[in-house]
Amino acid sequence: MAEAPSDSTRIATDARDRVRFEEEALELSDQVYRVARHLAGSREEAEDLVQETYARAFRSWRSYQPGTNLRAWLLRILTNLNIDRGRRAQRTPPMQGLEANDYFLYDRLTESDGGPSDEDRVVERLSQDDIVTALSAVPHDFRDVIVLVDIGDFSYQDAANILDIPIGTVMSRLHRGRRILKRELAESVAEEG
Amino acid sequence: MGHTDDPCAHCEEMMQPYLDHILSQEEMREAEMHLDECEWCRKRYRFEESLRVYVRMAVSEPMPAELKLKLAALRIPLN
Repeated sequence: MAEAPSDSTRIATDARDRVRFEEEALELSDQVYRVARHLAGSREEAEDLVQETYARAFRSWRSYQPGTNLRAWLLRILTNLNIDRGRRAQRTPPMQGLEANDYFLYDRLTESDGGPSDEDRVVERLSQDDIVTALSAVPHDFRDVIVLVDIGDFSYQDAANILDIPIGTVMSRLHRGRRILKRELAESVAEEG
Repeated sequence: MGHTDDPCAHCEEMMQPYLDHILSQEEMREAEMHLDECEWCRKRYRFEESLRVYVRMAVSEPMPAELKLKLAALRIPLN
């Protein structure tokens, strides 16, 4: 029978695992922030959330299973903290007709000139501000999945785990959310004339 | 013509799953066959594809350098 490790060995192993965990988590901070920035309502909120997330992660590092997706684990903490902050108090309003068609935005962007257009350049008619504003106008439930999947590169399954919703819900919210985003973008184009 | 009989409407339904790479082999072939012969749909697929890339670039902000330092300071010191 193997002898129980001495206390000093155990403490040393523990310290090494913890340092390794902290370093791996910190390496992911850019990616965590990139997603947090748009899950939260503002830059300031995102910074607070990321700090709270890391403070909590460093305290509860033992509940992370080595070998599993650390980035998803961190994002799950972040999402729960975001919910705790009462962000969910607001209900998603029912969406109206304008998201009917997936090509709505393309049609809107190309209808003014009528002539043939270079598809790779049509998007350039949208400014960075238009896009950031349009994304922030997408209701939370839909925005969360867009941010995780389309911006954070999480799989549907990871997004489902992070948000604690079924994978089918991730897919349907993603589908509708992208249409809502395009509707918002089309509106920003209409406003600019 | 009913909605499902319209090949472009059908192609539009496949657009998001196509770009997500979740179509079956058969559906993918079907979409590509239609795209090969339909410029109208091809233009729109291309647009949607570049829109995704463009949105991702537009909303990606680098993390503030001070935040990185603050996170490192949250580490629990070794005793």
